[in-house]
Amino acid sequence: MQARGVEFSVGLFVVAGLLALAMLALKVGNIHVLNSGETYAVTADFNDVGSLKPKAPVTVAGVRVGQVARITVDPVTYQAVVTLDILKKYRFPVDSSASIQTAGLLGEQYVSLSPGGSQRYLGNGGKIRITQSAIILEKIISQLLYSKAGQSPGHS
Amino acid sequence: MNPVAWISGLGRRVIAGIGRLGRATLFLARLMPALGAALARGRLVVQQIYMTGVLTLVIVVVSGAFVGMILALQGYNTLVRYDAQSSLGLLVALSLTRELGPVLTALLFAGRAGSALTAEIGLMKATEQLDGMEMMAVDPLPRVVAPRFWAGWIAVPLLAMIFSAVGIIGAYLVAVGDLGLDGGVFWSQMQSGVSVSNDIMGGLVKSVVFGFVVSWIAVFEGYDAKPTSEGVSRATTRTVVSSSLAILGLDFIMTAFMLRGL
Repeated sequence: MQARGVEFSVGLFVVAGLLALAMLALKVGNIHVLNSGETYAVTADFNDVGSLKPKAPVTVAGVRVGQVARITVDPVTYQAVVTLDILKKYRFPVDSSASIQTAGLLGEQYVSLSPGGSQRYLGNGGKIRITQSAIILEKIISQLLYSKAGQSPGHS
Repeated sequence: MNPVAWISGLGRRVIAGIGRLGRATLFLARLMPALGAALARGRLVVQQIYMTGVLTLVIVVVSGAFVGMILALQGYNTLVRYDAQSSLGLLVALSLTRELGPVLTALLFAGRAGSALTAEIGLMKATEQLDGMEMMAVDPLPRVVAPRFWAGWIAVPLLAMIFSAVGIIGAYLVAVGDLGLDGGVFWSQMQSGVSVSNDIMGGLVKSVVFGFVVSWIAVFEGYDAKPTSEGVSRATTRTVVSSSLAILGLDFIMTAFMLRGL
């Protein structure tokens, strides 16, 4: 009797511990997007990725469809090559475009895809040709300041 | 105050400390072969998991819930200044899984279960039960010490995972119920920022190391205690003090390595 109760409570304890780990992995972490069997890889070249980081979301119409796998530099063109892992259930036309956007004014950066109109679709290893680089706030401010400084005081 | 006596007192303490470390290492080396034999008799280990793990569950769940709720309140008050309260879920989840879950669980375990392990083994020694076993040609290491060591080692990582999970639920209740944050934002920020391989597995690795160290210190101090009531009480105190210091020191080293390794 006594031993049964002990064994039952230990079993319950172990189950609770493993359930907690499963909850942390599934609900708190993002293991379901990491499953490489369900994604295909697409690359896109950007002139400037800003502060985009691996694991940043890839969205279309604001809905998450994948994530950034890695960011490297092309040794010839010096462009940033961003590899995107996209869920297999979403297919994109070959003339789709990718742009790097910021969530909120200072939020994290993500890749936004806009689908094109072609009948042919991107496959694994495909390349998105139309890209728009990250908007870097400091550059815009400095451009604005220079253009203001260039104007004569009387005109503005 | 005689400086020569003071310096020789310091030297005596250092030599005693090194001797203690050496005895602990030799004890671990003797314990290692007994570990397999203890697993073969799993019922003893299960019994000890009940004593150390299941009975520590209440304090871990209650502390985890409170720590999560406190993190939510404190984090909200700081983040709201930068208008970043949407990151509260991420802040709480990273703090708990990386740091507070493993460390606080190990500290609580050292106080609740580690001290009890030391006192139990020390009293067995003081009342000559261990000597009695040896007289009957029963080696106390696989029979008494190894099951307790296994139980502590197994229980700490499980308790740490429960601590983190309960803490996140507690933070969710405060953030969504009391502070009026959006539940969807709370979870989605968490999921986009917490990495399973780095943050959650890193926390798990930490708690496995803490479980090993705390259990080792607890059984060693019990086995090494002077067989008197005063000796057992000193050994129990030493278990809590040295476990806590070892946990925090190792945590610093492991955190430094894990953050560099990214």
